[in-house]
Amino acid sequence: MVRIDFNRLRFLVIDDNAHMRRMLRTLLHGFGAREVYEAEDGAAGLEAFTHYIPDIIITDWAMPIFDGLELAQMIRQPGANANPYVAIIMLTGHSEKKRVTAARDAGVTEFLAKPISAKGLYQRIVNVVANPRPFIKTKTYFGPDRRRNVNAAYVGPERRKGGKADTIRQTALLEKVRSPG
Amino acid sequence: MAPHKNTAAIATYGDHEVIKPENKLRKYVSDTPFVPGEDDPVTRAEMALAALSSEFGAMMDEECQRLDKERHAVMANGFTKTNKEGLFHAAHDIKGQAATFGYPAVASAADSLCRLIEYTPDSSRIPAKLVDQHVDAVRAIYREYSRSDAQDLASMLTVRLREVTDEFLIYENRNRPDILEQITGAPAVVPE
Repeated sequence: MVRIDFNRLRFLVIDDNAHMRRMLRTLLHGFGAREVYEAEDGAAGLEAFTHYIPDIIITDWAMPIFDGLELAQMIRQPGANANPYVAIIMLTGHSEKKRVTAARDAGVTEFLAKPISAKGLYQRIVNVVANPRPFIKTKTYFGPDRRRNVNAAYVGPERRKGGKADTIRQTALLEKVRSPG
Repeated sequence: MAPHKNTAAIATYGDHEVIKPENKLRKYVSDTPFVPGEDDPVTRAEMALAALSSEFGAMMDEECQRLDKERHAVMANGFTKTNKEGLFHAAHDIKGQAATFGYPAVASAADSLCRLIEYTPDSSRIPAKLVDQHVDAVRAIYREYSRSDAQDLASMLTVRLREVTDEFLIYENRNRPDILEQITGAPAVVPE
């Protein structure tokens, strides 16, 4: 298990449910965190983000005023705030595939489904602290690299276009099937 | 508080940039190994949460009361935007928290209510009786949780609620193939 110096990390917990905020604070203090700030909706969360400059944000999805998805999109604006690279962990009861994809496309760093567990939360925190992914900036996206793994066997179009260093040659599936051996 | 200064290595390609921000958090990873007998942070956090568990019953009670209050708001004034969101959020919070509070069998009935609200294109067509049955089921399962046969009863109740709800949703979404796929399709995928 990776050991993390939690007492030097600054957390911001954003959830409209007071019970959930309390459980998260209890878990984070249990890990050893000292600085845990709270906000109860997306608007207050954005203000707290600007004020406290947390290292890690843990946010719910469904909240009043604006939700966790909109919050992530507002934070992932390069140049618009102090830390557009901040780690965002989305903790939510929504666990359908389309929701996970939407969260990823909004720039969420890690996704954690409720019910919450100490182990699951710890793993997500370790991921963002010890193994952060690079950021990708395109015309339509700014956020953590959505490709978590490099798949050498990938067959399909290379959707990122670039110079030589970024070109990945792909073999059509039909050619692969036809080629001997 | 003073903002961090961001320095980042940027590689520019044809239609995108790959940015490697300075990892300011890396310095918080310690190389000191855990010694035998030392409580790891996950165990400590679980113990801290266990210490809170004496309050879980009261918390669950509050969530059930909130659900009931939102139900009454819907019954009194219909599915206005505010009432709809209120009922959905109350059910959604129970779905997410019931297991942590020690009442995992309550979550399925709350989930079924969330699906009913989320996937019905015209909320005014949601049968009031079906809303009542869901809310009453959530509250009854919670209330009778100490019974020895509570799990079996909860399972029977929620399976039936889900069947009736799915039947309704499939009919209401008969012209929306993408939604039908979500209702009847693949289960949730969540990384562990």
